[in-house]
Amino acid sequence: MAFEIPKTKYTGKIREVTLGKGDKAITVGGETSYPFYLFEGEMPHLPHIAMEVWDCPPGEWPEAALEPFAGVTDDPVAWAKKCINDYGAEMIALQLISTDPNGLDRGADEATEVVKKVADAIDVPLIVWGTANQEKDIEVLRKVAEACQGKNLIIGPVEEGDYKKIGASAIGYQHTVAASTPIDINLAKQLNILLGNLGVTDELIIMDPTVSGIGYGIEYAYSVMERMRMAGLTQEDEKLQFPIICNIAKEVWKTKELHLADDELNMGNAKKRGILMEAMSAMALLLAGGDVVIMRHPEAIKLVREMIAELTA
Amino acid sequence: MPLTGIEIFKLLPKTNCGECGVPTCLAFAMSLAGGKAELSACPYISEEAKTKLAEASAPPIRPVTIGVGDRALKIGGETVSFRHEKRFENPPGFALLISDAMDDSEVNARLKKLKELQFERIGLTLRPDLVAIKDDSGDASKFEALVNKVKQNSDYGIILMSNNPEILAAGLKACAERKPLIYAATKDNLEPVADLAKQSSCPVAVKASGVEQLAQLTTKLTEAGIKDIVLDSGSRTIRQAFEDQIFIRTAALVKKFRPLGFPTIVFPSEMTDDAMKEAMIASIFVAKYGGIIVLSDFHAESLFPLLVERLNIYTDPQRPLMTTEGIYEIGGPDENSPVLITTNFSLTYFIVSGEIETSRVPAYLLVMNTDGLSVMTSWAAGTFVSDNIAAFVKKCGIMDKVKHHKLIIPGYAAAESGGIEDELKDWEVLVGPREGAHIPAYLKTWKP
Repeated sequence: MAFEIPKTKYTGKIREVTLGKGDKAITVGGETSYPFYLFEGEMPHLPHIAMEVWDCPPGEWPEAALEPFAGVTDDPVAWAKKCINDYGAEMIALQLISTDPNGLDRGADEATEVVKKVADAIDVPLIVWGTANQEKDIEVLRKVAEACQGKNLIIGPVEEGDYKKIGASAIGYQHTVAASTPIDINLAKQLNILLGNLGVTDELIIMDPTVSGIGYGIEYAYSVMERMRMAGLTQEDEKLQFPIICNIAKEVWKTKELHLADDELNMGNAKKRGILMEAMSAMALLLAGGDVVIMRHPEAIKLVREMIAELTA
Repeated sequence: MPLTGIEIFKLLPKTNCGECGVPTCLAFAMSLAGGKAELSACPYISEEAKTKLAEASAPPIRPVTIGVGDRALKIGGETVSFRHEKRFENPPGFALLISDAMDDSEVNARLKKLKELQFERIGLTLRPDLVAIKDDSGDASKFEALVNKVKQNSDYGIILMSNNPEILAAGLKACAERKPLIYAATKDNLEPVADLAKQSSCPVAVKASGVEQLAQLTTKLTEAGIKDIVLDSGSRTIRQAFEDQIFIRTAALVKKFRPLGFPTIVFPSEMTDDAMKEAMIASIFVAKYGGIIVLSDFHAESLFPLLVERLNIYTDPQRPLMTTEGIYEIGGPDENSPVLITTNFSLTYFIVSGEIETSRVPAYLLVMNTDGLSVMTSWAAGTFVSDNIAAFVKKCGIMDKVKHHKLIIPGYAAAESGGIEDELKDWEVLVGPREGAHIPAYLKTWKP
């Protein structure tokens, strides 16, 4: 019996979405096969990694995560520049942690000023991420959208409870939205439809399935993303043919295991453990269909980049 | 393709004797098709029918067991390519390489790691599975001595690695009763290695150059009567090895291509010299179909995430991971510390316990058995409700540990607070936040 390489029949294609503006704009999506199944189809745009910047000094990060950003964590502009100049970031994800009503509760004006400064200081695509407190996100992200008109930011999370207001601002001021749903393929599809009805064009939507890291439920995100890809590529489900963004760094680095010291609980080197937990989590999400991964540690990013290069070599 | 009930019925004696335990042959056929009965329950089945049914019901990827006793590792037996379609069945084994060219102190250090590197998580012990003993010396007696040493110092499953049948024979002499995996039969040594596998009844790995040759070699082994086979396509670039895993899985499941219907073995150890990169490569094969993953060394900081990733990917999507019911002490609580209660869905537990830790307020966390459902789901299902919560608080022993009489319940179960207060005389129920992320702020306001 001769061996014949079995192939999946694909009938769909993931949409191409361009993030950012100008020379450094990045196009993602366009896949015609499952992730890295290059013997069956194409990945015209490789997955990209956005480096995380916080809008306030992080209080609870493990030492290993702080070390690469020593001296810049109290200045988001310097931080973003360091990511680009020293670590080769192709995209920045500015997390508006300070706006959390249960935390520092900074106002929309102050947050917008920070976003504007960062947006003006860099030329790579800028993702701006709120706190998932819908009332506050509406207030903050609408202002951000207005202040950064025409820059094609990626604004998230845009959820069912706030999509109308944030979505309308995104349309008005020409930004891309990260449509965010809680690990559920049907809700994801529904939100994409709602955004479409609102008038957000397909080229301005990227999906956030809500992800978590290894040991904290990554299997749920993993399977939901695989199902999204299956629906988009083999079942012609047009409303799931969007690229996927994974905001993973925050989830990984807050876990218990990454706050243990060297050799505590017999878990080896703390820095390497953190880097690998982040890199392996990101890798699993890329294997499930991630197009953009928001990451933190430069060495974790380097490892993931190497794997992307190897898998597409 | 599994046979339908009707197809099975045609192969049965159709006497309706009832000796199998069900009244008619048709009913028995239906039970067989549904996997609810064993063919051996029919005393009158013909040999021919038996063979046909066994062939048709054989799993598309044969399960293979390496080792014996508690540490026996079963791999293969997979039925889907995507875990949500059913579940992944048998998690891949992680193997530690030990070479007969290593000096004694290195060998001892590695044997020590095997004993020490294991981790407790949600009531499970996570640990690697195998030792791959490699012939680099070309000296059969040296190899045999090392196998003996490993055997005496560890109960892990063994992989015997050599291209030389004589050296493999020496290794088998030392440990055949432990059912090691013989690695590997190749196109150059197929016959003598096949003989070893047959004589010892041990599983054997085939190493080829590419999947096509792999299929040819396994066909020869199958013809020689060998059933327990493990596949090494020989690819050592990440991309090709990754693609091979997918070819093999798809060929076996979709095309029912028997020559590739076996579990695989992959070698991140031979794909890079960088330990961090090696761990990343291994993580790819945990998700994508590796059966055995051989590592050049074990490091706690990489083995832990790999073991947890394996646990996650091989979790049955229909059965949530659960945490053991009980009292969890976080941050060294005392008699004045707050008492919180939540459900035993492992993610709920991880999030709540993590947030309590973040708060730096020492606390008792009561984890109640809700069959692995989250707070909202188990409340809606009528499990996480006042009667049950009160009964659990009474019996779990927390009342002997604290002086105060206050219980913090999740915000989503707020409706239960009155009911719990009725059941727990002189206890006050406080309604905590709905979201785990708000626990630290909430706990900072705690007063006994």
